[in-house]
Amino acid sequence: MSTENTTTPQIDFNTPAQQRLRKLRALKDKSATVGIAFGGISVIIAILLIFFYLLYEVAPLFQSATMDRWQQDGRTVEAYASPGEGKTLYLSMEEQAEIGVRITDQGQAVFFNTLDGTVLKEQALPHPAGAEIASLSVISEAQHLLALGYSNGEALIFKHDYKSTYPDGVRVITPSIEYPVGSELIRVGDKPLTKLAVAFDEENWSLIGGDATGMTQTILSVEVNMMTDEVETSLSSIELPAFNIKAQKIIQLPDRRWLMIAGKNKVAVVDLQADDGPQTSQVVEATSGEITVFQLLLGGNALLIGDNQGNINQWFLVRDQDTNWHLTKIRSFEGGSSPVVDISTEHRRKGFASIDEAGTLRLFNTTAHRNALTEAVTSGEADYIAYAPRSNALLVEENNMLTLWAIHNEHPDVSWSALWEKVWYEGYQEPEFIWQSSAANNDFEPKYSLMPLAFGTLKAAFYAMLLGTPLAIAGAVYTAYFMVPAMRRKVKPFIELMEALPTVILGFLAGLWLAPFMEDQLAGIFVILMVVPIAIVTFGFVWAQVPNRIRFLIPEGWDAALLVPVIILAVLFSLNISDGIEVLLFGGDMRLWISNGLEIPYDQRNALVVGIAMGFAVIPTIFSITEDAIFAVPKHLSYGSLALGATPWQTLTRVVLPTASPGIFSALMIGMGRAVGETMIVLMATGNTPIMDMNIFEGMRTLAANIAVEMPESEVGSTHYRILFLAAFVLFLFTFVVNTLAELVRQHLRKKYGSL
Amino acid sequence: MKVSFSEWAKSGSPWVWLNAGAVAISIIMVVGLLLLIASRGLVHFWPADILQATYSQNNHSIRIIGETVDSERVPATQLRDAGVDVPEGVEEMRRDLMKIGNRDVGGTDFTWVLHDNLSNQQYPEMLFAAERHEWGNFYGYLRALKEGDTVVGQYDGYDKTPEYLALWDKFEASIERAQEIHDSIYQIEKHEIGAINYEIERLRLKQRSLELDGSTDAAAFAEIDARRAELGEEYKVLQDELIDLYGQINRDKIVAEVSGGQTIEIDIAKIVRAFRPNDMGIFAKLGHYGSKLWEFVSDEPREANTEGGIFPAIFGTVLMVIIMSVLVTPFGVIAAVYLREYAKQGFTTRLIRIAVNNLAGVPSIVYGVFGLGFFVYFLGGNIDRLFYPEALPSPTFGTGGLMWASITLALLTVPVVIVATEEGLTRIPRAIREGSLALGATKAETLWKVVLPMASPAMMTGVILAIARAAGEVAPLMLVGVVKLAPNLPLDGNYPFLHLDQKFMHLGFHIYDVGFQSPNVEAARPLVYATALLLVAVIALLNISAVQIRNHLREKYKALEM
Repeated sequence: MSTENTTTPQIDFNTPAQQRLRKLRALKDKSATVGIAFGGISVIIAILLIFFYLLYEVAPLFQSATMDRWQQDGRTVEAYASPGEGKTLYLSMEEQAEIGVRITDQGQAVFFNTLDGTVLKEQALPHPAGAEIASLSVISEAQHLLALGYSNGEALIFKHDYKSTYPDGVRVITPSIEYPVGSELIRVGDKPLTKLAVAFDEENWSLIGGDATGMTQTILSVEVNMMTDEVETSLSSIELPAFNIKAQKIIQLPDRRWLMIAGKNKVAVVDLQADDGPQTSQVVEATSGEITVFQLLLGGNALLIGDNQGNINQWFLVRDQDTNWHLTKIRSFEGGSSPVVDISTEHRRKGFASIDEAGTLRLFNTTAHRNALTEAVTSGEADYIAYAPRSNALLVEENNMLTLWAIHNEHPDVSWSALWEKVWYEGYQEPEFIWQSSAANNDFEPKYSLMPLAFGTLKAAFYAMLLGTPLAIAGAVYTAYFMVPAMRRKVKPFIELMEALPTVILGFLAGLWLAPFMEDQLAGIFVILMVVPIAIVTFGFVWAQVPNRIRFLIPEGWDAALLVPVIILAVLFSLNISDGIEVLLFGGDMRLWISNGLEIPYDQRNALVVGIAMGFAVIPTIFSITEDAIFAVPKHLSYGSLALGATPWQTLTRVVLPTASPGIFSALMIGMGRAVGETMIVLMATGNTPIMDMNIFEGMRTLAANIAVEMPESEVGSTHYRILFLAAFVLFLFTFVVNTLAELVRQHLRKKYGSL
Repeated sequence: MKVSFSEWAKSGSPWVWLNAGAVAISIIMVVGLLLLIASRGLVHFWPADILQATYSQNNHSIRIIGETVDSERVPATQLRDAGVDVPEGVEEMRRDLMKIGNRDVGGTDFTWVLHDNLSNQQYPEMLFAAERHEWGNFYGYLRALKEGDTVVGQYDGYDKTPEYLALWDKFEASIERAQEIHDSIYQIEKHEIGAINYEIERLRLKQRSLELDGSTDAAAFAEIDARRAELGEEYKVLQDELIDLYGQINRDKIVAEVSGGQTIEIDIAKIVRAFRPNDMGIFAKLGHYGSKLWEFVSDEPREANTEGGIFPAIFGTVLMVIIMSVLVTPFGVIAAVYLREYAKQGFTTRLIRIAVNNLAGVPSIVYGVFGLGFFVYFLGGNIDRLFYPEALPSPTFGTGGLMWASITLALLTVPVVIVATEEGLTRIPRAIREGSLALGATKAETLWKVVLPMASPAMMTGVILAIARAAGEVAPLMLVGVVKLAPNLPLDGNYPFLHLDQKFMHLGFHIYDVGFQSPNVEAARPLVYATALLLVAVIALLNISAVQIRNHLREKYKALEM
């Protein structure tokens, strides 16, 4: 009997092996903690990145422009003396902003390096003996076309041109002067051409010139002989009548119909193609001061008029109901109080730069009605400014000194008003909401109003909710409150399965099957809407009349199953009688009756189709959450109510629904979020036209569908691209806020039930 | 039992019935939708009988041959307006849509005919239908078979005679022969020449990259040139083989009579299969049905996706979903474990939880935009600059592709996995964790050996739901890499075998593209229904299994919830 046997065996937990094991385990534990924390946090960050990335892409839209002196190889480019002799008549740059050109009053075209003013080439323009240069007219800034008017009544049309070659892989730009209609001078009239305005199309050049005492219009026709490829020109001149205005500056619009004459503070509009010869159709008072700058904006539709009080106004011809044109002031830009000295228009956008006597430079965009930048660039009076074609550089001339500025103005065409307010676009009768992001021609004015898209989104969601909500909520009420559990277990997963149905399938059915079917059976659809509820209630009433012994064969809570054949029959019945109803009420065809009789436009793929298809898609979402909310209402509440003698329906409406209402609200919010963001159904079941009309028989374009349609084609980093990101951001924010709201309501509800 | 209406109405019963009606309507809508897709999708593969009839309109009769596809009723006024003679007193007429095929002869595949104007309707056993590689279906009578310029068989009657059957057998043998040659041509063009082209392209890139590095390693350049010359030789051999095969395949022709009575010649090389549906018994038709169905799921599309199979789309969808689930499972689970087991529970975690939850409700197109901007242009553009400068300016990863699509969808579905896994983790009682910890296990061991196994069904549910969502999602994919027709599968025999940068086809996008962008929507429609049916079946299967797993899980842990 030794005590040794009863002592517990000693286990040494501190053997080196055990210690190592423990250390290893501790290490594993620690690394797991670190690893999981790292992994978890990075996943969460990755998800949140979406928000910040969208914001990052959108942000440049709302940055204001900046300008600095041009930097070359880290050094600021200094001001240099204007190359060549004489005074500047015209200043411009080529595509890369490496070479500038200066037309002087001595008839010289001076090409120079924009960085240091080195003269690269100097070319004398054809000059009639004994005559002086009386005027220079810009025909097209973007096409580099200019015209010179001489004091002997002759004119010269020329362009500055640049050719890029790549000898040894290095780009070399060679400047030259070209003469599109030949280098011979064109006789416009006998008077000195102190005023000159030129407009052209492929074959005809219209030159209007003269001085304050009278003007002549000369048409130069250019024809290329088909056989010999020789260019033949012919001239014809007519004397223009005297206009009741003292002409200071004149402009001819590119359509060659309109001549704009600026007087001291008035502008006269001359219709050159009026029935009985050229005549003034309108004289407007353009400013209360004096007109100092009178120019055309890109595209040649809009006039920019600057005055000596610092105001710049945009005007264009607007057609009224009777097809009469009126020069109308569209918008005005705040330009300080010093007289405007010069305006340089952008070559590819509807924007311009202005400089005033105080040396303040301003960058504007007309569509967005935005002043992108105001900056003092010289201390004294500048004479001339010139935009580079890519709008990334600007030359400023002051006292025969040139400075080169770098401009960072990526997205001037976006502003709150351009996106969300009515904008008066060129060629429109009044301000409108329009989405039209691209067109074939270069001088197109992009129309980035998000309103039609937002409207379309809400319209689609509205019709979807209109159809989906009653069905989903009524269905959920019945399933949660009246249905027998055995059936509920089958029905609920079944309807939830609908949620997983790919929307591309719903969209495809809506577009290819439902839309034609509905066009064919329009009356039938409306008859169904009326007949089915009546059939259900009638059947219910009839069922109540049935003797108990039959009625009790089917236990309570199975009513829905009984209704299935009733509804199918009702639908078939409705489709059958709809033809008769159409003949009776709508003259045989409801669709024709709507478009011809009511004069409501009817698209085959319309909001009703979208409403049904998307309603179908939101039903399971709303159904599922509503059902959960109603089912979660504590049973003792309804038992209490029933025990007090209320009918099941009274219990439902007075006890259960009020308790569950926050849950139903959250279901509606989430359903709404889904309808707003749905892409494929809308893409396939509507015509995707961005119109603003509540008409149920017309389509729409939603934000989401617009992204899907236009995103693949938009240029990376362009305004259009970023606006599509903005649309995505708006969608993101909207659904996120709506869902968060719904989630908070739901959590609140859960807490409340917990206390009951 | 008599009840007065007012009393009945007062009890609220009508409302209850209307609520019941809403459930019934929802169920009918779902079932109806599924039935519609199923019926339209499945019928397509059934060899329909070919009708031959005399069609007379405005005193002008023609013979018409084709399948009746659809019919509708049109008001007589509309027909009269269109200049069709309609007898007096007729209010409405039945109009049939006939698939008449022979697009190379008549220009259109389909025509509408007035049912009442069809006379002398019959289903001649000798009429045959041929599916072709181009110009759609052909319907007509077989008249002769030619090998080169020699006529090897001829038959002019309309009756089923042994001579005709002999001719038909020859015709079928000839089709089989052409099919075999076609297969070898396909094998050479697609795989062997494809592999050579692929390697030549890789050599070009290798050379370019050496040049970019400023390498002066003459041996390396010489090696590339040598290999290129070698490949050129191989290519020439294959080219000769191809020319030979093309000569063989174009040997045979048939002469066939079309509905207008004239005969045309058709190259047998253009024929995929020929059959006489009117002469088929039910079993023959079933066999045909089976082979068409197999072609549908295993073959490549023909004729701008309106004919043939959808195998590349199935393959693309599956591959993308697999890559996506490989990505989404670990990350989703880790994030959920972190949120539930490691992070300090408080305001921040609650906020994150709500945010993650809500991201599941963010429109999918937003993810597409993000994927395009961030993954494709930003990450892809930088990857190209760093690792594939030799291929620039043509992008490698800087354009949509399989990898970016998978990652975008992974991001889209990760909230689903997180939410499901978290739910599983919440269901595991504290006592079990505490028991494990009390026995001396570390937190990591508890997690790995106790908690995760118990939560695994929940994770499975999450992943399956994620897959179901990803498989049906189309909108984001349109931006990040899906195309209507991808020349190659993203998985093939060329190194590195899995081409993550390649564009791919997808079932959902296929439906959108064929249904809405196709030049011949009418012909493509049945195929779209079939594709839709397949997609619905896959997704329903995935969802049902998720539900089953969830129920199983609940049963399993019921005992623990005391």
